[in-house]
Amino acid sequence: MINAENINKYYGKFHVLKSINLKIDKGQIVALMGPNGSGKTTLLKCILGLVIADSGEIKVDGASIKNNFEYRHKIGYMPQTAYFPENIKVKDVIQIIKEIRGEKSATDFELYEYYGIENFTDKKISSLSQGMKQKVSSALTFMFDSDILILDEPTAGLDPLSAEYMKLKIKKEKDKGKLIIITTHILNEVEELSDRMIYLLDGEVRADRINDSSGTKNRAESILEKFTDLFKSYEWK
Amino acid sequence: MNGNKILKFIILDILRNKWVITYTVFLMCISAGLMFFSKDSTKAIVSVLNVVLILVPLVSILFCSIHIYNSKEFIQMLLSQPVKRSTIFFAEYTGLVISLSVSFLAGIILPLSFYGVSTILIYLALTGVFLSVIFSAFSVLISISTDEKVKGIGISLFLWLFFSVLYDGLVLIIYFAFNDYPLEKIMVIITTLNPVDLSRVLILLKLDISALMGYTGANFQKVAGSMTGIFLSFTVLIMWSITPLYFAYRKFMKKNF
Ligand SMILES: Nc1ncnc2c1ncn2[C@@H]1O[C@H](COP(=O)(O)OP(=O)(O)O)[C@@H](O)[C@H]1O
Ligand SMILES: [Mg+2]
Repeated sequence: MINAENINKYYGKFHVLKSINLKIDKGQIVALMGPNGSGKTTLLKCILGLVIADSGEIKVDGASIKNNFEYRHKIGYMPQTAYFPENIKVKDVIQIIKEIRGEKSATDFELYEYYGIENFTDKKISSLSQGMKQKVSSALTFMFDSDILILDEPTAGLDPLSAEYMKLKIKKEKDKGKLIIITTHILNEVEELSDRMIYLLDGEVRADRINDSSGTKNRAESILEKFTDLFKSYEWK
Repeated sequence: MNGNKILKFIILDILRNKWVITYTVFLMCISAGLMFFSKDSTKAIVSVLNVVLILVPLVSILFCSIHIYNSKEFIQMLLSQPVKRSTIFFAEYTGLVISLSVSFLAGIILPLSFYGVSTILIYLALTGVFLSVIFSAFSVLISISTDEKVKGIGISLFLWLFFSVLYDGLVLIIYFAFNDYPLEKIMVIITTLNPVDLSRVLILLKLDISALMGYTGANFQKVAGSMTGIFLSFTVLIMWSITPLYFAYRKFMKKNF
């Protein structure tokens, strides 16, 4: 479904993504992990076309994303911090996105209703708390029933109950056969949700494993151990 | 995704802050005031021209950089939707230029047209729109290339200061420094390299009082003669409009959001 071949990205002289190769199929939840600054957000933005890779090729459903924008119909993206114009109302934002994606394709109002977005559609974006913006952002991400969901730290900033609901929703969407790529720092979440775990360090894929749910009783701990090893090797380098 | 829809969102976004309206009303006050105090239409137009040459580039530059910096989230939001990057770029630029030009036409040309519509008025309208177009393009280029808002606005302001004030000073210095050489032609070329001076010369040529208005105007009339001069001037103005826009476009297509 998503195919990245030899992706390199520089910010000036800083080499953020180093020869990333990934092949990701649908019907699974992929956890993208790694310390702050390891390049997770940049990689997701490359897939979205918000950041343009310096070399390599990304394909979504077999078609190159270069000079292409239609493929974003297939993607629901929840950025790490919501990008909303500050001076407009929640309902204007929703209206704009609906007009762009087609009024009729807005079919999934589950999160919208659960988070009670209806109650503050008349508020200006600038008057919302960070958590409320995240809720609007997630409601919009799921609203269009996209085949691919790219969620950059979706539960950060949400209250525990809302985060729980988000996780339920993510699982539900996976069961419909969608691809969900999620970044998170919460190991429990990784254990609970993901089918595959990709560990990024310093712009390189350092670990890439399938989580078979039949595995050890204490997966969170074993994942933690592996990460600690990675951190150590990183520090001593 | 059709571009008109995006253009509509952007124009609504521009109109949402009251700057454009304020600018229009301000221009109206100026043109009405100058008309009131000038005895005839030529004098009124010359006074208005001097204001236009300073104000239009300044407002265009400030307005566009502030808008582009404030639209960062809006652009990011659109970019993560199925919308073409180039559509967003041209919609932003067109939205800005339309807003600024309409303000200028409503604020300056409309009041002056009560004197009757003359060729000079049409020239004034054209050059005012060109100045909006050119300085918007420069400003968009600078704000796309510079991530820091204060720095970007600073560079834009310097550009305005350079073309409006410093350039003429430099021209004079060159003129006096090389007084012994026949520099007429070179002076004309140097003048055309500045869109503000070029606009001034264009109007003054039409008013036929350029001989009274300093070196650049007088030289221009001598060397260029009316029709060719005017044709060349507009060609140069078009070049000035396209060049920064082209570089802004290239920058935007590669920018990391
Ligand atoms: N627009 C940018 N310009 C320059 N450097 C950037 C930009 N965006 C991110 N970076 C840098 O790239 C690195 C990776 O950032 P990011 O992808 O956000 O990491 P992560 O999401 O894993 O925390 C960081 O060092 C960050 O400072
Ligand atoms: Mg990140």
